[in-house]
Amino acid sequence: MAKVTFNEQKCKGCGLCVSVCPKKIISFADNLNAKGFKPAQVVNMDECIGCASCAIICPDCVIEVER
Amino acid sequence: MAKVFEKPHALSDVSMHYCPGCTHGIIHRLVAEVIDELGIEGRTIGVAPVGCSVFAYNYFECDMQEAAHGRAPAVATGIKRAVKDSIVFTYQGDGDLAAIGTAETVHAAARGENITIIFVNNAIYGMTGGQMAPTSLVGQVTQTTPYGRDTSTQGYPIRVCEMLSQVEGAAYLERVAVNNIPNIRKAKKAIKKAFQNQIDGKGFSLIEVLSICPTNWGMSPQESMKWLEENMMPVYPLGVYKDKEQGEA
Ligand SMILES: Cc1ncc(C[n+]2csc(CCOP(=O)(O)OP(=O)(O)O)c2C)c(N)n1
Ligand code: SF4
Repeated sequence: MAKVTFNEQKCKGCGLCVSVCPKKIISFADNLNAKGFKPAQVVNMDECIGCASCAIICPDCVIEVER
Repeated sequence: MAKVFEKPHALSDVSMHYCPGCTHGIIHRLVAEVIDELGIEGRTIGVAPVGCSVFAYNYFECDMQEAAHGRAPAVATGIKRAVKDSIVFTYQGDGDLAAIGTAETVHAAARGENITIIFVNNAIYGMTGGQMAPTSLVGQVTQTTPYGRDTSTQGYPIRVCEMLSQVEGAAYLERVAVNNIPNIRKAKKAIKKAFQNQIDGKGFSLIEVLSICPTNWGMSPQESMKWLEENMMPVYPLGVYKDKEQGEA
């Protein structure tokens, strides 16, 4: 079991997490955050393996990972 | 479930001003993780440059000092000599370190100052809008080389690690990159070694980190990562350029 939590107000929607997720479960939300970006999100958390690749490449420390 | 990844303590909780996808943020985090792991936040003093990372003093929880453009190694020298048990690092871009601050860099290395330098090479002047840097590649299009860097008038890229490897006072020189997960892990290991060297009194350590500037390169962050790998890495090969402990690398 694993879980990622996005601090959506800090996200700048750069998409680097989307490009490295081995499970391809990260997408962009439809809403805008206060900065005006569509923040990254995981809809299907059951598929997350907690590898933390997304968090390691995130330049803005948006993501916390639990496993 | 246990937390396996969270913001390091030495990185402050404010939102950084960097452009979306800019890898300055990754490099900041790696430095903060190393400060946490070595337990040195209370005695670390960082020196911020002029360039996009000019506000680095807002992003680290340790003491910070701003330096005039290019002068960070000189400021770090003063701090280290005055506060002997401090751990002093500079964080500098390629314009700061290898153009206006070349003299300070070379002489701090020549003196073998016991400091740690984090050198961010993104092959461009980011803050001022994308002018050619000494590290820009031959043929690279920038604001000041609209037809590509032409060696007949603009010369050749400066390879800082290779250059400093000839300087006897330098103790440790390594070039890393933050373009993918394995390389980010290696970059952290190198940064940790550069701080540990200072703790152990080994002298001048510089880690050059190949970094992206999506905004001024005019590409998406993903395209920039690819551009770094395909274009920067052949000109700036990764690896250890000097390790006094191991003899010349
Ligand atoms: C004495 C002085 N000369 C020139 C400048 C203009 N200037 C500001 S930042 C910069 C270069 C920044 O490039 P770099 O060090 O590569 O950092 P980056 O912004 O790419 O991270 C220059 C030339 C200045 N601020 N002060
Ligand atoms: S201009 Fe370039 S180096 Fe500066 S914050 Fe933006 S992407 Fe980063």
